[in-house]
Amino acid sequence: MDTFFQQFINGLSLGAIYALIALGYTMVYGVLRLINFAHGDVYMLGAFAGYFIANALNMDEHPSILGAMAVTLGAMAVCAGIGILIERLAYRPVRHHSRLTSLITAIGVSLLLEYGGQVVFGATPRFFPQMIRSQTYAVGGVQITNQNLLIIVVSVVVMFGLQFIVHQTKIGKAMRAVSFNLSVAKLMGINTDFVIAFTFALGSALAAAGGVMVALAIPRIDPLMGLMTGLKAFVAAVLGGIGNIPGAMLGGMLIGLMETWLGATAYSTYRDAVAFAVLILILLFRPAGILGKSVVEKV
Amino acid sequence: MNLHRPLLTAACVFAIAASAACERKSTSATQSTTGDILVGFYGSLTGDGASFGISSREGAQMAVDDINGAGGLLGGRKIKLLVEDDQSKPEEASNAVTKLITQDKVVGVIGEVASRRSLAAGPVCQKYQTPMVSPASTNERVTEIGDYIFRVCFIDPFQGEVLAKFAFNDLKAKKVAVLKDIAQDYSVGLTDAIVRTFTQLGGQVLDPVSYSSGDADFKAILTQVRAQKPDVVFATGYYPEAAVIVRQARELGMKMPFLGGDGWVGDALKNGREALANCYISNHYSGDNPDPVVQNFVKAYKAKFNHEPDSIAALGYDAAKVLADAISRSGSTEGPKIRAALATADLAGVTGRLKMNAKRNVEKPAVIQEVTFANGDVKFVYKTTIAP
Repeated sequence: MDTFFQQFINGLSLGAIYALIALGYTMVYGVLRLINFAHGDVYMLGAFAGYFIANALNMDEHPSILGAMAVTLGAMAVCAGIGILIERLAYRPVRHHSRLTSLITAIGVSLLLEYGGQVVFGATPRFFPQMIRSQTYAVGGVQITNQNLLIIVVSVVVMFGLQFIVHQTKIGKAMRAVSFNLSVAKLMGINTDFVIAFTFALGSALAAAGGVMVALAIPRIDPLMGLMTGLKAFVAAVLGGIGNIPGAMLGGMLIGLMETWLGATAYSTYRDAVAFAVLILILLFRPAGILGKSVVEKV
Repeated sequence: MNLHRPLLTAACVFAIAASAACERKSTSATQSTTGDILVGFYGSLTGDGASFGISSREGAQMAVDDINGAGGLLGGRKIKLLVEDDQSKPEEASNAVTKLITQDKVVGVIGEVASRRSLAAGPVCQKYQTPMVSPASTNERVTEIGDYIFRVCFIDPFQGEVLAKFAFNDLKAKKVAVLKDIAQDYSVGLTDAIVRTFTQLGGQVLDPVSYSSGDADFKAILTQVRAQKPDVVFATGYYPEAAVIVRQARELGMKMPFLGGDGWVGDALKNGREALANCYISNHYSGDNPDPVVQNFVKAYKAKFNHEPDSIAALGYDAAKVLADAISRSGSTEGPKIRAALATADLAGVTGRLKMNAKRNVEKPAVIQEVTFANGDVKFVYKTTIAP
């Protein structure tokens, strides 16, 4: 029984990581109908930004919660800037072309960041400094580290925060308007360029927070770390219903649990395949995702 | 259409045979008889296994500098080490070796450390009849590629035996678990050897649990291992994963000893931090061995590179020494002649006596070391030596 609960906790910890990234995917998609494949790589950049800031502050030897927060905020600021830059340079020029063009551009940006990252940072994995010393809490035979707990809490807080921004604030209203109809939103006097840039900045800042959080729990970072995690987070977003914020959370948790469950069987080496098998099934049987609404498109 | 198929097949077969014949013709590289002697080195200077590549290159470079400082080979000719980075990728390893042999025309090749990459590049050396000396690839199959492939380290059947015996006799383990990296031939081979020996000794081995290089979350498989309460856990993969495995195991409250092979010797192991307490590895050599040969090597290495040599560096040094010795004894820079001299190599190295056996391996004792972590760095402390 201990093992079952332990695996459950392991699954939630892993799922929270996917959820944190899936939230960014889903938000950008919700507003722009663009699957930002570079999102996983912005997450990687966030981890690296955190790495350099933390080393500059010498966090490995002087761990502190305040310092960790500073590092996270720093990484978020850096990535928000990068997000705006990507949108300005790569997506805005093709915004009025077909959706496929944006999608291919996104894949291009993703590859650019991955392999550009290898040139700049080198392919050798680096180890993230321990900004918060690992501490294990045990309830019965079930153990959880403070870092994993932090990821779960942060992802839940972020989910509610996003939900609040999108549904209760003025900028959120503008985002929904842009999502509904870009041209009409513009006619209504909404500065659509600003709203879209804001969406990217927010999404990228979330990815950066995710990167730093994950690097705390799983300290190994390399320029390709966003590839697989990003794809799985994308599947999580689709599973929950892409464009739906609580759906991203649910999808992430489910993928994490399924992966952990398979990892515990003799088929542990197929665990990376789980997410993609799920993607195929969900596209076949419920393309709108668990919490998504299917909309009939007029042709 | 069907009628044409046999014809097409025949044409294809002919084409392949013809191209193979052409390749064979151009094998013997032309080497000048004056000027520098070019020796190739390929290794993982970047990527997952960067520590392996950097250490072995430093070791090899030091041997080359020593030899050149002492007057060079073949009547005063200097050795020049040409270095290629394979980025820790098997396909790049074979590209690197192809370049070294066909473009740079090296007389021999030193590398790789990881068995998987030696297995990828070895056939190229064999094809072009250029001798290859691997510093530290311990998988049995590496030297089975062909008669041009040599190594200066022990092999995994022996290393697995050493680890299993240590766990059974010294740690008094009765039930053990094994974690293997299915993406690495090294880990798979070592796992087989451990399972075989430990079962023969009368111990119980739980079903091996698999992961792949690059994985970062091991909690699912570790929780499963924990439930079966093994006395000892073997992690037969390389250091980047080993560091994370040990750390996550301790986070799950697993306090038993963790054991690994020489693949744990890498700079990034230190990220396991305090979790590395109560871990042991089998290794090729121990830097705290009082033997003057070892101590002189350690001193000279530190003077040159400003840090302690690890066992991979010592093996890189020995690999270069063995190749240079063979070039000198053969009195030639031709592949077949150097190969013949390598087959009869017998000299004293830093890591022990380097005597080639009929299978182009050397038989050497292994040491067991305890892993300790202090002041942000890992130290391997000598425990015992186990002879073949």
